[in-house]
Amino acid sequence: MPLDPSFVGRTYPPSSPYEVGREKIREFALAIGDPNPAYVDPEAAKALGHPDVIAPPTFPIIISLPAAYQVVEDPALGLDWSRVVHGDQRFVYERPVRAGDLLSAVVTVDSIKSMAGNDLINLAAALRTPEGELVCTAYTLLVARGLEDEAAAPAAVSAAEGEA
Amino acid sequence: MSGPRYEELEVGMKLPAREFPVRRADLVRYAGASGDFNEIHWNERFAVEVGLPNVIAHGMFTMAEVFRVVTDWAGDPGAVLECGVRFTQPVVVPDDGVGAVIEVSGKIGALLGDNKARVDLVVTSAGHRVLTKPFAVVRLP
Repeated sequence: MPLDPSFVGRTYPPSSPYEVGREKIREFALAIGDPNPAYVDPEAAKALGHPDVIAPPTFPIIISLPAAYQVVEDPALGLDWSRVVHGDQRFVYERPVRAGDLLSAVVTVDSIKSMAGNDLINLAAALRTPEGELVCTAYTLLVARGLEDEAAAPAAVSAAEGEA
Repeated sequence: MSGPRYEELEVGMKLPAREFPVRRADLVRYAGASGDFNEIHWNERFAVEVGLPNVIAHGMFTMAEVFRVVTDWAGDPGAVLECGVRFTQPVVVPDDGVGAVIEVSGKIGALLGDNKARVDLVVTSAGHRVLTKPFAVVRLP
């Protein structure tokens, strides 16, 4: 069943603030195998002009994706969680996320489309400090695969975006 | 860490290509660090039950590896102003002691002015393009 298009433009309440810590950045950098000293050594980060260690570019997903699941789990929208796959991901940074940041995400439904039996939902998660400074916006396409087409999600994404 | 300067860039200029091995242990570690414990990324029985050939890497793990090519080249990871990918094909990671390899190459796709450039990347694993149109926008000195 197609998703309710009236959800487009809807904004969800801010996620509880996430405190970005040096050790969490270190753990994440180790997990992606990235030895860049800007992620672990405050002096190296300062030499690059950052006030403290910064986080790798994909780190904000830790904050944005759980916030996006507010939408996935919204019973009023009726998305079947078990059929949702990650279609695409984009980040726009006002500045790097860094240790000491306290960030909460506000998620907005940017678009809803139905394509070849799959539901495509574009979300934007704006990550802000308590002072209201926008640090990063994470754009996520979630695809809820149609019941009759187990493997079509990537094809559906390409078709929806007009590209093969 | 001194990276490239904007005035040195030309469209088509290549970034150093890289290969990143991915084994099951890497996925377990990424699951823990990221909080994404979806079983398709570590449980072969579950992955096969839902129709996958085997355990697959987190798309966000692949994305993280891809942009190491850009951050290592740029010198300052804070040079990245924007980055994006579309997940096209899964990176299948068998439990055979070898795993998979993510191959990443990149080149300057466009000079955008204001010291900003777009880097276009190509990402393959086992002969398949696993991401569509991965790109980053960087600002250089």
